[in-house]
Amino acid sequence: MASLSSPLRVCRGILKELRAIQGQSYKQSLAYNYVIDQFRKNKVTGERYCRAQQEAHHASLTYLCLLASTRNHLALHNLYHGKGERSPEEVAGLVGLRVPTQPGGKGWEK
Amino acid sequence: MFRGIARLQSHFGGFISHSKVCSRHQQYRGALKYSTASTERKRFYQDVSISQGEGGLFEVNLDKRKLKTPNGQLFTVPNEALAIAVATEWEAQKDTIKFYTMHLTTLCNTALDNPTQRNKDQMISAALKFLETDTICYRVDEPPGLVELQKNEWDPVLHWIEDRYNVTIGSSSSILGPEIPEETNDTFRQHLSSYTLWSLTGLEFVISQLKSLVLSLALIDRHLSVDQAVLLSRLEEEYQIQHWGNVEWAHDYDMYELRARAAAGALFVHLSSESSTVKRKLMQD
Repeated sequence: MASLSSPLRVCRGILKELRAIQGQSYKQSLAYNYVIDQFRKNKVTGERYCRAQQEAHHASLTYLCLLASTRNHLALHNLYHGKGERSPEEVAGLVGLRVPTQPGGKGWEK
Repeated sequence: MFRGIARLQSHFGGFISHSKVCSRHQQYRGALKYSTASTERKRFYQDVSISQGEGGLFEVNLDKRKLKTPNGQLFTVPNEALAIAVATEWEAQKDTIKFYTMHLTTLCNTALDNPTQRNKDQMISAALKFLETDTICYRVDEPPGLVELQKNEWDPVLHWIEDRYNVTIGSSSSILGPEIPEETNDTFRQHLSSYTLWSLTGLEFVISQLKSLVLSLALIDRHLSVDQAVLLSRLEEEYQIQHWGNVEWAHDYDMYELRARAAAGALFVHLSSESSTVKRKLMQD
């Protein structure tokens, strides 16, 4: 558990993700108030070993991971998987080729 | 080898082509039902809120209407944190509702509707079945780099769980896997019987994602973070990536999906099993 990053960083990470989800008005959202509330309540007040605090920390880290991974997954999904089948031109472009254009010249004149 | 395949094909030609048609047909039908395009609905609501209904259960409201499960039941969750997390998922949907990104909602629906109609004992048995084929119990003999990596990364977790639950699991490089004594199963069964149906739903989800009971319990018991558990679950893949390179649209895509699902499952277990401790702490303040 020593490897976990500091609660403040996790808190800011979660708020950043919430802003990415809800835009400018994220401060009015339920989640924002709840997260701020929880972090205030679980602040460390002494050097005492506190099991509940670690639990809260682990949960917040898990939630941050959920939000960040969902966002990244959706971004990759939209980039690579969300568009259905590619056209032949696009497929050729993927490997750096171009589909030959209609040849002109002999035999094609009208 | 190729000749062998060609011969096989000419021999079973009719059968193979037939089965191919079948599977493609099924795939097409499956695609119609489950494709991303058809599972996305237009976002039909403006704001999302939560409210506390009768019995202290929390509900999620879309505009003025109450959210319901696919089975038509009222969507209720045992505590505020889970309700807020679910509401945030609904708020996160932009123009269309993408159900495949809403893991917590899905888990709540599963727990509420219990579509497989199983009881706790059956769910525990299903979870314990993964122990026989647990990812971190099966080791490779070669290449040496991967053997070393599995030993260094997986052994500490295995030792941790053996100490924590006072059981024997062991690892093996044979295809039959390690011999797991009956007492180990009994211990885990006893431990899991203290879980609620909701927590078991979450736990089973995590296990089926990480393909490992050991890693899942380490995650639920807060011995590992989600990132660590996912890394350990994908150890061989990570090793191969180091050799052959990373492909964003396959490796990263899978990794983020796995992380999101494992995180959702772990959070679901914690939030659904620990409502009482959270409540008590809030009242003290």
